[in-house]
Amino acid sequence: MTDKKAGGDVRLTGISKTYGSFTAVHPLDLTVPEGSFFALLGASGCGKTTTLRMIAGLEDPTTGSVFLGDKDVTDLPPYKRPVNTVFQSYALFPHLTIYENVAFGLRRRGIRSVKKQVDDMLELVQLGDKAKHKPHQLSGGQQQRVAVARALINHPQVLLLDEPLGALDLKLRRQMQLELKRIQTEVGITFVHVTHDQEEAMTMADTVAVMNGGRVEQLGAPSELYENPQTTFVANFLGTSNLIEAEVAEAAGGQVVVTAAGAKLRLPAARCATQPRTGGKLLVGVRPEKISLAHADDAGDIADGRNRFTGKIADSSFIGVSTQFVIDSPVCPELEVYVQNIERDPRLVPGAEVVLHWNPEHTFGLDAAQDIDAGVETVEETA
Amino acid sequence: MLRLTTTWIRRNLVVIAGLLTLAYLVLPNIIVMVFSFNKPAGRFNYSWREFSTDAWQDPCGVADMCDSLSLSLWIALWATIGATLLGSMIAFALVRYRFRARGAINSLIFLPMAMPEVVMAASLLTLFLNLGAELGPTTILIAHTMFCLSFVVVAVKARVMSMDPRLEEAAKDLYAGPVQTFLRVTLPIAAPGIAAGAMLAFALSFDDFIITNFNSGNTVTFPMFVWGSAQRGTPVQINVIGTAMFALAVIVVVAGQIISGRRRKSALPK
Repeated sequence: MTDKKAGGDVRLTGISKTYGSFTAVHPLDLTVPEGSFFALLGASGCGKTTTLRMIAGLEDPTTGSVFLGDKDVTDLPPYKRPVNTVFQSYALFPHLTIYENVAFGLRRRGIRSVKKQVDDMLELVQLGDKAKHKPHQLSGGQQQRVAVARALINHPQVLLLDEPLGALDLKLRRQMQLELKRIQTEVGITFVHVTHDQEEAMTMADTVAVMNGGRVEQLGAPSELYENPQTTFVANFLGTSNLIEAEVAEAAGGQVVVTAAGAKLRLPAARCATQPRTGGKLLVGVRPEKISLAHADDAGDIADGRNRFTGKIADSSFIGVSTQFVIDSPVCPELEVYVQNIERDPRLVPGAEVVLHWNPEHTFGLDAAQDIDAGVETVEETA
Repeated sequence: MLRLTTTWIRRNLVVIAGLLTLAYLVLPNIIVMVFSFNKPAGRFNYSWREFSTDAWQDPCGVADMCDSLSLSLWIALWATIGATLLGSMIAFALVRYRFRARGAINSLIFLPMAMPEVVMAASLLTLFLNLGAELGPTTILIAHTMFCLSFVVVAVKARVMSMDPRLEEAAKDLYAGPVQTFLRVTLPIAAPGIAAGAMLAFALSFDDFIITNFNSGNTVTFPMFVWGSAQRGTPVQINVIGTAMFALAVIVVVAGQIISGRRRKSALPK
């Protein structure tokens, strides 16, 4: 990795893509800082792959420009861009050996002595002994590593990854996530990673852009997106959120007080995505793991100043490190609460009356004028 | 005992059926081969007399036969080259691009395969006569290229359709320009389909009789020579050529099997 060129950021300005009357990507501005691991996250059909392909040059943007550093590459064909892609289906050349697959990019650029570089690269992805094999003789995980090696050997300014782990089983996927992260740290190349798996995006990326319907909903560090979602889509798509429809009772002094079905809840004004107006509506959100459960008999032991209301356990499932409860409450139907299994209260069984309580600081507020169920995963995606 | 026999038959029924079918297919070829070593009494090589290698030692001993053979090989070669080039391009165009009349072309290309040869032969003759073309090797070549085309298109189309378009994108992404992408990725992957189409075209052109007979004028191709000589007497050399062609075909097929078998063996994980 000695001849790494000075890269520069990837900048997309006003880039969009329409097919006939269908808009895949709405005009979009995006800057991927040099050397970062950037994820484009969204459900299938949200425009994330189209955006990636426009950076690669495999798709012509309808409007806007693509910059690599200071250079406008919008009109350059893919073979003239210092960008390489790891395809979802790997797209390894079936008629060439692993060695020739990896050497392909170097040879096309007229580099004669490729042996050392190819050997080093195969070593990096731990496939030195497979050089003479053909792609179909390798397992999915191995093929995936060849695809990465084939792209990385060219020292691109940017490496584009189009759902590269989609075809792998869960265990291998976890392993490859760490592997890719390690390689990225080692080579220091900018990675742009497209995925629909929110856990994958959060595990690997420094910055995540959540896309929905051809637009970027929110962009930020994984923890920032998780803790401070700005839209219901982000709140629901990244992990799980309990969203409570509430009415603003009071908004003053950095503190907002809302009421929902008689319960009084508080949250910091700084954590509201919109300006709360007294008498207006607000969606109050809290993550399931922030909520504590107390049996109704112990209601008196709960510290003052916490958000609280009562409910009834509708369902509980034990999953080892935690127990996941579904609580029915007049405040909000089907609230999810995750309780760590440190000391399990045997009274917390379906049917039990409980008090839910949490630190008001852990509450966020969202604009009520949006679909409360946006981004809720109904069916596990396979594509 | 009876039960044992029926069980045995039931277990080996597929093999028996296979062998019988094979025998049915190969028997005529074997007879051709056997009679290529015959020394017939008269002009007709229809009954066995005695073993001889005379015909094998002098395969061109019959007047005009080797001329017709080389003409047939020449026509087959050029018809194959022409049909393979055109057919491959048509196949790529039909799979890769959307254009006006694509659907019509897609179905028209099947017509020469579906139409009775006699009809096509007659209409081609009408066309050539109206154009005032002189019948001969050129008209035969044009006719052969035309009907071989559809077979090449079908063979290549199947291959191109099953090809992942991402492979070409990957090549472009890895600094291969359009020409390099075609030569290094598209062509090698489509090659088996193109080869199959070419082989089919060669075989079809080489043994075509009906269309050739209509459009040949005074030219005599090998199938026409065999047909003509069958009226006046069949020289043993015809069997020699037939056997040689059969042996060549068997060698090509067996070699192909061995190569792909070896490839599969080396493909086993070590």
